[in-house]
Amino acid sequence: MSREAILGAIRRGLRRGPVTEDTALLLRARLALHRRQLIPARSRVARPAQVNLFLKNLEAVFGSFTRVEAAAGVPEAVANYLAGHNLPFAVAIAPHPELRDIPWSERPLLALREGKGEAADLVSIQHGWGGIAETGTLVLPAAPERPTTLNLLADTEIVVLRASRVFGAYEEVWDALRAERAGKLPMPRNIMMVTGPSRSADIESTLELGAHGPRRLHVVLIDDDPEAKET
Amino acid sequence: MNVDSPDFKRRAKRALDNASLQTALTATRGAFAARRAAAVAALPEFEALRDAAKAIKDHTLAHLDFYLETYAANVERAGGHVHWCSTADEAREAVLAICRGVDARTVTKGKSMISEEIALNDYLEANGVQPVETDLGEYILQLRHEAPSHIIAPAIHLNRDDWETAFRKAHTDRPADRRFAERRDIMVEAREELREKFLAADVGITGANFLIAETGSSVIVTNEGNGDLTQTLPKVHIVLASIEKVVPTLEDTTSLLRVLARSATGQDFSVYTTFSTGPRQEGDLDGPIDYHVILLDNGRSAMVGSEFQDMLRCIRCSACMNHCPVFFAVGGHSYGWVYPGPMGSVLTPALVGIERAGNLPNASTFCGKCESVCPVKIPLPNLMRHWREREFERHLAPPVVRANLALWAWFARHPAAYRLATRAASRAMALAARGRGAFRRLPFAGGWTGGRDFPAPEGETFFARYAREQRRKR
Repeated sequence: MSREAILGAIRRGLRRGPVTEDTALLLRARLALHRRQLIPARSRVARPAQVNLFLKNLEAVFGSFTRVEAAAGVPEAVANYLAGHNLPFAVAIAPHPELRDIPWSERPLLALREGKGEAADLVSIQHGWGGIAETGTLVLPAAPERPTTLNLLADTEIVVLRASRVFGAYEEVWDALRAERAGKLPMPRNIMMVTGPSRSADIESTLELGAHGPRRLHVVLIDDDPEAKET
Repeated sequence: MNVDSPDFKRRAKRALDNASLQTALTATRGAFAARRAAAVAALPEFEALRDAAKAIKDHTLAHLDFYLETYAANVERAGGHVHWCSTADEAREAVLAICRGVDARTVTKGKSMISEEIALNDYLEANGVQPVETDLGEYILQLRHEAPSHIIAPAIHLNRDDWETAFRKAHTDRPADRRFAERRDIMVEAREELREKFLAADVGITGANFLIAETGSSVIVTNEGNGDLTQTLPKVHIVLASIEKVVPTLEDTTSLLRVLARSATGQDFSVYTTFSTGPRQEGDLDGPIDYHVILLDNGRSAMVGSEFQDMLRCIRCSACMNHCPVFFAVGGHSYGWVYPGPMGSVLTPALVGIERAGNLPNASTFCGKCESVCPVKIPLPNLMRHWREREFERHLAPPVVRANLALWAWFARHPAAYRLATRAASRAMALAARGRGAFRRLPFAGGWTGGRDFPAPEGETFFARYAREQRRKR
């Protein structure tokens, strides 16, 4: 079979047979240790600076944000953003408990449809699992309460993220994810790391926003982390 | 894909005479390099990260069999299937069998160089399955029946006029007199056309930037979001990946990602970096129901343990071609196969044979820029030199080249004759130049003097001058 042919050719090239049990032990240990390599210093800062770095990097890649004191401020932030961009108030929203707890009824004009993304969606609201300060990246693992299609089909994606979920570097995300997945498959079906709205430079090497994914990416950041607040 | 590399010289000449291609290349020349330089300058740890990236790849290649088996076991644990394929034929057949298994009529595709390598589109089409390229650049190339000319900017050889012409010809149900006032209008039209294709496709095919042994995940890195739509909407997701894409852990992947986007487009991170692991899980509202990985060898296992093993570190960032004076003079199509530029000049002979790609390792000035920007420090000029040696040993170099090399080798082994000959030539040329300091034309050197003057010797050879200076010092 091709599997044996490929493995055999690799081993002939390496001038050895299958790895010995001792080597396999070492390699399995390397896999289990999750050793970190060099982490750039830019994200190794105090919590308030980390959250600010996340927001600064998000803006640098043409994302935008509104910072609110508490979950109660989210409906107003969303309504203002939609009105400011002349967008419809019909929104597809992730069926996530944290999003359900937001007092949307204060903004009765907002028409929310819970579920996955659909082709006709113009605006989606997604639950932000986490953010990464190093590059202004959103981490959006697939889950029943966080459908991937909400990140892709709408013209405008709004992500509701808690400041306590802003990590410094990617490596911290992996540790948090592993802790959360204990007892399950190690990875969800899909993890999208999103850094700004969709873009392409395929036409004459010139950057244009809004290729196939959302043209706009807006983060509503809930300041739930006392340590991350500016003093 | 046909291998047209033996035709490099003729293709290069045609490219140099192609005004529209030269316009496109001139417009982008230097832009990639400037963007990379800015990204690198903003990250003090970049050089150290290159070393880390190289070390990760070297470690993985030294245990490639172990990591591939671990990877495959973890894909299967997540409910996916791995198809080990030695050849392009096997890979094409495996893809077709999966498509037939779900009665697929259309297949959307994210960008994949492996797909080009195995010439998948023609094969699917011939067998009644319609492939649709969804990367903006790949989409227009499919409309124009062309191959990509760059590994991350496939349509770098086209100008805006070419886009408008192709779109008017292909999208005939739109008003013929519509205007494309900005580049944006072109992109919006493609977005609208492709949206329906995404929704209708039965199977989605993507490439992979990395395969992660620890988790059984495949990773794609894109800016448009087309790869994500491709792998999320259809019932079946097929990943095309070659065996050297595997890395041990998420942490290792992270280190490689830190150098990938910066080296490629000069972004700190691409817009979408997506990790896929198996089919949809319990309760998921979207995502594919079946997940397959085509794991392709196609000549790579023979590079393991050879002098070309270093090439298997390549993460396909394109920095080498983005900084290559030859690439920006002749464009990617001149190279005649899937992979252009310096990395192509090393990889193509390894995958298709030196007898079919012998010209490519010679398509270099050996300026060394490619090696200096490679994020995994592949010694590209050295590897090209190895190919040149093999080409000579196997008597594949043209007779004129061989004869001249033999002549030079004889003089190099006979220093007295060498000095005599160079002295004579030097004096003769100094006389012939009559104090003008340069030749505008020289017999047998029309290729050189066609583009620039040939500096005339001043009558004294280096050896003679060196000996004179030494005598004077004493």
